[in-house]
Amino acid sequence: MSRLIKMDASGHSTLAEWTEEDQSGFDAAVREFRTALDEGCIGVLDQGEGQAQQVRELPRDAELVILRRPIAGG
Amino acid sequence: MAAEVLAELGAVSWRQPTDERFLRRYARIWLCWTVAYTAPFLAAAIGLVMLEPLAFPVALASLAHAWIIPELYAFRGASVLRPKGPRNQSSEAVAQGLLGDLLGHLPRELQRRTGLAMQRSDMGVWLLGEAGAVLVAPGGRRVHCFCVRTTDRELPPSDRIAHLLLALRTDEQGFATVANHAFCGAPWRVRRRLPVAMRPALDAACEAARAEDGERA
Repeated sequence: MSRLIKMDASGHSTLAEWTEEDQSGFDAAVREFRTALDEGCIGVLDQGEGQAQQVRELPRDAELVILRRPIAGG
Repeated sequence: MAAEVLAELGAVSWRQPTDERFLRRYARIWLCWTVAYTAPFLAAAIGLVMLEPLAFPVALASLAHAWIIPELYAFRGASVLRPKGPRNQSSEAVAQGLLGDLLGHLPRELQRRTGLAMQRSDMGVWLLGEAGAVLVAPGGRRVHCFCVRTTDRELPPSDRIAHLLLALRTDEQGFATVANHAFCGAPWRVRRRLPVAMRPALDAACEAARAEDGERA
C-alpha cells in the first residue's frame, strides 16, 4: 500500500492511499498531489541513506510520498 | 547526497552557492572579523594601563567588551538550535513518529534525548533543530550555525525538523545556500551556550565529524 501524506498541524495527514492495481485510488492520489503542489507544497521521496528526491509527478511505485512546505532562511 | 537542486533555491538566486570551499573562506573571514573587533579593545586596555595605571577600571571595561562581543556572537550561533514556536503537544507524538521513521536508529535515539536530529553528509555532520541547523565541519574543530526554518510555523516541532531534514537530504549545498549564516567558530563556544540537554548532540556530531575526517585521511 502506497501513501501520500502531508505534514500539517496535526502531525501529518494521509491524503491518499493506493496500490499498484488500484487505478482509481492512484488517480485520486494524483489529484490530491497536484492540488498540494498548486498550494505551494513540495513532494519528497525519502530514499534512506541520507538521500531524498523531489518529485513533481506522483510515482506510482513509491511506498511513501511526503508533502512538505518550503523552507527559508530565518 | 543526491545531485538535485532544491526547489527553494529560486528564491535566493542571487546567492553564491554555499559549498565546502565557500565555507572555508567564510570561516577565515569570520576569524579575521573576530580578531578585528576584539584586538582594539585588548590593545586599548593594555595601552591605558601602560599610560596610566589608575585608568585600570576603564581598561577592565575595555577587556569586558573584548570578551562580551564574541560571546554575543556565540550566543546567536547557539540560538539557532533552541526550541522556538508553538509546542503543539497534541500532535507532536504523531510528528515524532514520522521523524523517527526518517532517522536511523542512533540518530533517532539522539533526537529523542536532545531534540536535535543528526545527519552525516558530504560537507560534515549536521545537527537540525526546529528553526536552525549547525554544520560541524570535517575534523570537528569548527561549526557553522544557520538560521533556516519551514515557512509553516504552526507545525509541531518534530515536523519542523523533518522539513529541514528532507530539504537537506535533497540538496545539501542548496540547503546551506538557502539558510542564513549566523555564526562560525569553535564548537566549545557554541556548546557552552546551548541548553544542557542539547549538548550531547553537539558532542556526538563533533565525534562523528572527527571520525569521518580520520576515515577520509
